[in-house]
Amino acid sequence: MADVFKALADPTRRIILDELAERDGQTLFEICTRLLMKHGLASSRQAVSQHLDVLESAGLVETMREGRYKFHYINTAPLEPIVERWLDKSKPNGRRHPDENPPDKRVR
Amino acid sequence: MRIHLTSVFVDDQAKALAFYTEKLGFVVKDDVPIGADRWLTVAAAEDPDGTRLLLEPSGHPAVKPFKDALVADGIPATQFAVEDVQAEYDRLVGLGVRFTQDPMAMGPVTTAVFDDTCGNLIQIAHMAG
Repeated sequence: MADVFKALADPTRRIILDELAERDGQTLFEICTRLLMKHGLASSRQAVSQHLDVLESAGLVETMREGRYKFHYINTAPLEPIVERWLDKSKPNGRRHPDENPPDKRVR
Repeated sequence: MRIHLTSVFVDDQAKALAFYTEKLGFVVKDDVPIGADRWLTVAAAEDPDGTRLLLEPSGHPAVKPFKDALVADGIPATQFAVEDVQAEYDRLVGLGVRFTQDPMAMGPVTTAVFDDTCGNLIQIAHMAG
């Protein structure tokens, strides 16, 4: 669990997950291209590779060899314990603090 | 000074010739035997006197690990210009070509990356407008 929080603490790693959520199964080259072209992040391939290693250790990214290529996939399963721990799924909007406005008066 | 020749290392020159002419549509410029290999170059059909691409044998022991590492990470060996990346993608997929990156528009540039079946990834690109 600690690995998941550590992995998510870095903004570049969160962007990598955003990009994999948009299109799953990317090469290192595509991830680097997206970071540069969409987010202006000119991280070296080595740096991005290290970010991917951290995400993979936390179980948030899985790599699969397909023939000679290596693709990266997002895995959201490690996020589920976070949801279980703090959000009450029996209520439509999760558990709310008692001070909070009732749902019909909440500003959306 | 200008660039008149560039090269890609190909695992098999005969296979490369077939792929680069039949699938990509290049035309042969030179095909000269050199020992067991050939001095084999191609050029764009619409610009036959333009830059030549040498389909160079990958026999040197350093070449295979170099190419394998680039391909694993999805890194292209070179880039070719096309009129329309999506149209070229559709055409090549129809010919059985494998892409490792589908067409992606990034601001003014659209790119895609495919496997040349000879140990390289090739990027195609066009600029919008």
